[in-house]
Amino acid sequence: MLNCVDLACVRGDRPLFSELNFNIQPGELLHVKGHNGSGKTSLLRILSGLMLQADGEVHWNGENIRKLRDEFQRELLYIGHLPGIKGDLTALENLRVNSGLGGNTITENVAWEALGKIGLKGREDLPARVLSQGQQRRVALSRMLVAKAKLWILDEPFTALDVKAVAMLQSVLEDHVKNGGMIILTTHQDFSVANIEVRVLHLGISESSI
Amino acid sequence: MIEVFRWLIWRELALALRRKAEVLTALLFFVIVVSLFPLGIGPEIDTLREIAPGVLWVAALLASMLSLNRLFADDYVDGTLEQLVISSQPLALLVFGKILIHWVLTGLPLVLISPILGMQLGMDMDSIIILMLTLLVGTPVLSLIGAVGAGLTLGVRGGGVLLSLLILPLYIPVLIFGAGAVESAQAGLGVEAHFSLLGAFLIGSLILAPVGAAAALRISLD
Repeated sequence: MLNCVDLACVRGDRPLFSELNFNIQPGELLHVKGHNGSGKTSLLRILSGLMLQADGEVHWNGENIRKLRDEFQRELLYIGHLPGIKGDLTALENLRVNSGLGGNTITENVAWEALGKIGLKGREDLPARVLSQGQQRRVALSRMLVAKAKLWILDEPFTALDVKAVAMLQSVLEDHVKNGGMIILTTHQDFSVANIEVRVLHLGISESSI
Repeated sequence: MIEVFRWLIWRELALALRRKAEVLTALLFFVIVVSLFPLGIGPEIDTLREIAPGVLWVAALLASMLSLNRLFADDYVDGTLEQLVISSQPLALLVFGKILIHWVLTGLPLVLISPILGMQLGMDMDSIIILMLTLLVGTPVLSLIGAVGAGLTLGVRGGGVLLSLLILPLYIPVLIFGAGAVESAQAGLGVEAHFSLLGAFLIGSLILAPVGAAAALRISLD
């Protein structure tokens, strides 16, 4: 489980949040809410180990993630604002490379299947640069279908996706949580995952209530 | 660990082969710069032979710097660098893989083409062999040191110029002993001392540069 103790974040001399305490257990989904600039992305980057917090600690199974590092990263799937897609590689290659670099080598068949499932049938062999923004997003998100990681951290996963893709994505999230996974995500869209209670974390309440 | 490293190498090679123009830029730059000297100075073969080691080494140095600012910049822009940083493997190892491929694609071609350019400047066969060997030991050092600079200037506006200012002074020792070895060979003197020092630079930067570049990348992404 992931546990945050007294987290604080400062960007450009301006404190975004401080004394943030929460934890997330297997089988839980945490929705981080807040207005623009409230520090949602910063929080997710701190949790994934990309950014250093101003104060406080993040614990994974009781140990600081800064100390665990590799052990923690193996359990983590982070998909951020940037797609992490190479325009010169095909959708299939992108998925296999991204997954492989994340320590999860997958066979070509598994990759074909995942791309078909996420709605890219017939486009697996096209260079990613000719795909639309939504399709590139799908290539990035297809990693979720093959991931073995326990903790998923998703920053605005629904951006640029059509209704069908969002529904498909929600069922993937549902499966993961039901199988004892953990998800932390941000989104400005209303969303619900069937049969799962979504926990909500509000950032920057003090500011919006003024 | 090997598996992740293999994926990285595969990716770097695949990307480079699909953008051949970029790989060839450094090589063509090297050839053109060296070819400009006879045109500017005149076809006096004794003069050319005398300046050849310096010319070839300075040109190689500039050529290997040419593509340095692209080393991490593309990955930074499209977000794949983030994924490398949070990979379960040591970032220094992955950075080393990127530097290795960078050298194979931009440094090694310089080594291979240098005999032809050496002949063009009237060098004798023995010195050309020494020239190739110094470049073989020296150009990896250039890529390694350059990677630290590329990491530090990542995401900085006008990073390309800043990178040159940061890196060129660090290239000076390599230049002195690289060109110095070739000059000694031309004068019929021993080159062991030069090679010992170049080798020491290579070993030192092999150990320190990937770690330094990895730390620089973490800072740039924070």
